[in-house]
Amino acid sequence: MIGASPQKAPIQARKKKGFFKTLWEQKQLMLMSVPMLLYVFLFNYFPMWGWIAAFEKYNPKLGPFKSKWVGFDNFKWLFNRADFLESIRNTLAMSLINLVFGTLAAILLAILLNEVRTRAFKRTVQTVTYLPHFLSMVIVVGMAQNIFASTGTVNNLLLKTGLIDTPIFWLGEKKLFWGLVGVINIWKEVGWNSIIYISTMTSIDPTLYEAASIDGAGRFRRILHVTLPGIKSTFVVLLIMNIGHLMEAGFEIQYLMGNSQVLEYSQTIDVFVLKYGISSNEYGIATAAGMFKSIVAIILLFSANFIAKKLDEDTLI
Amino acid sequence: MTTAVPKRQKKRRDVVFPFVNGVILCVLMFVTLYPVINTVAISFNDGTDALRGGIELWPRVFSLKAYEALLTDPMIYQAFFISVSRTVITTLLNLVLTSMLAFALSRREYVLRGFITMTMVLTMYVNAGLIPNYLLISKTLKLSKTFWVYIIPTMFSCFNMIVIRTYILGLPEALVESARIDGAGDIRIFWQIIFPLCTPVLATVALFVAVGSWNQWFDTQLYNGGKKYLHTLQYLLKMKLATTTQSMNAAQTSADALKNTTQTTPVTIRCAITVVSALPILLVYPFLQRYFVTGMVLGGVKG
Repeated sequence: MIGASPQKAPIQARKKKGFFKTLWEQKQLMLMSVPMLLYVFLFNYFPMWGWIAAFEKYNPKLGPFKSKWVGFDNFKWLFNRADFLESIRNTLAMSLINLVFGTLAAILLAILLNEVRTRAFKRTVQTVTYLPHFLSMVIVVGMAQNIFASTGTVNNLLLKTGLIDTPIFWLGEKKLFWGLVGVINIWKEVGWNSIIYISTMTSIDPTLYEAASIDGAGRFRRILHVTLPGIKSTFVVLLIMNIGHLMEAGFEIQYLMGNSQVLEYSQTIDVFVLKYGISSNEYGIATAAGMFKSIVAIILLFSANFIAKKLDEDTLI
Repeated sequence: MTTAVPKRQKKRRDVVFPFVNGVILCVLMFVTLYPVINTVAISFNDGTDALRGGIELWPRVFSLKAYEALLTDPMIYQAFFISVSRTVITTLLNLVLTSMLAFALSRREYVLRGFITMTMVLTMYVNAGLIPNYLLISKTLKLSKTFWVYIIPTMFSCFNMIVIRTYILGLPEALVESARIDGAGDIRIFWQIIFPLCTPVLATVALFVAVGSWNQWFDTQLYNGGKKYLHTLQYLLKMKLATTTQSMNAAQTSADALKNTTQTTPVTIRCAITVVSALPILLVYPFLQRYFVTGMVLGGVKG
């Protein structure tokens, strides 16, 4: 009791102190954080000012003030372009394929790994399947060119088993592009994406499995009724986060693997922006396209968050 | 007697499932590793022979010509040097700056905590886009055609900051408080107490940053394409990729032309560069595995 009052006093005194006085006392914390704040303002927020170029016939020599103001003309032009509309379709298609099949593959792998009892084997599988995540897209596309070449492994295998008579030109067939990107992305990321599910599964209370066994549940029933409900909340959280990133189909793989024959199906919004902005110096149009993408992404993010809050009340009960 | 039957059934299933499961996972490992092995095999194959295709797990006509051609090219050493320098410098800067900020934002009493955290987290979702960033870096800051374009725009990542901050928040609060009672300032507490304790999470972040920096090729293309001495290993590979894509249609006709002139082709050289540029990652990463799994989980939950 005696010790309580002197301890309370300084806390109250501190609370009464003005904002700036506290700030001065925390100058070392400020020294550690404010430079990074300025850095983020310069590299992440300041460039947004460049969005003004979306409403101009932007000329880098004249700068944003003297370039000709054109209102929404750049956007009108974009939405009359077949290749821009195609790039929106391609972006959404490829990221949806990624999201659906990528998630399913990751969950499946996590379930299979969760059933492995030999620790050394589990670790080996994990080490191997995480590996492609660390390879650059340049390397991955190079490997894909080998495997899917007209005399590559896939064609040889299909020819030998008699499934096809003539080699398929995988990388030049536009209808195959989305699927190919999906397969390569899953190959690259399935192990990595399974990490979060594996760690969720290991935190499931083992007594639940025991209780299920005693009740006569076999392995598949245990997976169905214990494992899957156990990862449900992680699944929902990740799904919502990924919906916010639906406009990000990536651009490296499309840019590196795309060629003139498949352009109709390979060009994403990012590749479109790159083509018009950097290669043809149409900054205004490219900025408008990029801005459209960012705004849709923000809308998706907020709607996903909104849905998450609605769902949270239901799923938590 | 009645109990014996289900028992035997259960036992059999317990043998079958792990076996099938093991087979599936082994196939998966093979599929994962196959393209890597295939690339290594092609890189050690004779160039003209490789154009015939059909090389799978082992070179058909063994040859070191591709590596010879690669390692006698002075460009490769320069590119290797640039790649290593950018990776090391970026990683060190990231570790110090990101963990410093993470520590400041882990102090609950810090009055700017909420504001700075919000500002940082928003950058994960809101992006000005390629063109405004390009104009900022090349026109406003005039970083293009310099080495610094590899370093300065990538000194900080919010995701990594959250990973480190979550870790620091898990450390006992008493560490900071007792140091403060002993009269240590915040910078000293960070540098002498918190930073050394963060080794596991810093290893994770170092891996993320180093791999990201090492694998980057697009910034070279965007800003330093015209400066040969600033090219990175990944960019060299990317250029080889572009030439082989173009020549892919003409591969059949040029095969005959190449037969008499040279024993290396773009394909084997490309595979050799792939091996050289992937090797550092393949060597380092298995040792860091136990760290990055914890890091992923920390970031995934809070981020």
